Amino acid sequence: MSDLLFIFISTLLINNFVLTYFLGICPFLGVSGKIESAFGMGMAVTFVMTLATSIGWLIYNLVLVKLGLSYLQFIVFILVIASLVQIVEMFIRKFSTGLYQALGIYLPLITTNCAILGAAIFMIARNYSFIESVIFGFSGGMGFSLVLLVMAGIRQELEFCDVPKVFKGAPITLITAGLLALIFMGFSGLFSNL
Amino acid sequence: MNNFLKGLWREHPVFRQLLGMCPTLAVTTAAKNGLFMGLAVIFVLTFSSFIVSLIKHVVPNQVRIAVYTVIIATFVTIVDISFKAFVPDMGRALGPYVPLIIVNCIILGRCEAFASKNSMKSSIIDALGMSLGFSWGLFILASIRELLGEGSILGYRLMPGSWNNLIVMILPAGAFIVLGLLVAGMNKIEQVKEKQT
Repeated sequence: MSDLLFIFISTLLINNFVLTYFLGICPFLGVSGKIESAFGMGMAVTFVMTLATSIGWLIYNLVLVKLGLSYLQFIVFILVIASLVQIVEMFIRKFSTGLYQALGIYLPLITTNCAILGAAIFMIARNYSFIESVIFGFSGGMGFSLVLLVMAGIRQELEFCDVPKVFKGAPITLITAGLLALIFMGFSGLFSNL
Repeated sequence: MNNFLKGLWREHPVFRQLLGMCPTLAVTTAAKNGLFMGLAVIFVLTFSSFIVSLIKHVVPNQVRIAVYTVIIATFVTIVDISFKAFVPDMGRALGPYVPLIIVNCIILGRCEAFASKNSMKSSIIDALGMSLGFSWGLFILASIRELLGEGSILGYRLMPGSWNNLIVMILPAGAFIVLGLLVAGMNKIEQVKEKQT
């Protein structure tokens, strides 16, 4: 149990996907302009990432390893993610209009979100068990959402600031992200054995 | 010729379009890592563009993205396995970021926006320009970070002995800040150029 809690906290805060592994930077820079869209994107990513790590783990360990085809893992993972996104999209559209309106436009973007493929690759590289992988996927998505929301909040305030012209847009966002990464480094003191 | 040059400066993938951010930020802790990442991208992008442009009339429109992704994933797997076999220490240093080239938006972006609509020759030229542009961007960023963070470039010590290494430059925070400053610098150069014309 404490292992699972450790994975959760460390993936959420200490080894945050965005600020430590630089995964999912494109949507991080793209949709962090407004809090509402950041929230929608975050939830969609958390949802797909949890499913992708669970299903990816099952396919990798029960099919690919048994058949000795583990070198196909990248191709299989990207196909799993792409089809998962499609299925999830169809499913939500059919069963929940509210959820579809909230997440709909973000779902297609997720296929090329490197955080999802990254989560699948990390989970294999670290030899996580099934339960650990699910927790890892979920906390990775939550960590992504957390940083996205914080960033969106800052950027909304930033719009009222007098930023030098050459720093407008991407540069100031990147520098803000750098400062956020510095702040999140403080969390590494949470566990002494890291 | 124009197809080749635009990737190097005017439509530079990293500084102008902000594509392929994950590897750009993650592997640029040392100039050597940046160099190898650049090589991997040159290989993958050139061959993927070639194949995509070769089969552009055969692939049905609805499944084209899936097909492109599988083509890219195949070349990335080749690169990943070769790195692990021939340059194992690089394979370790780049780690998961080699397989992550699959979802590097530069590659899918060029396949979709250029190679799927243009002839084989111009697709390869476009791919070479874009990936070389990506590589020099990576190399510059990595060199600055290595110079400030460890006082050396490609392992050769350049800073005087009294230089205090700025460890933060090697850490994630440094990556964001240096890239932010570089993009701002690029904007400044463009601004000055515009004023002159």
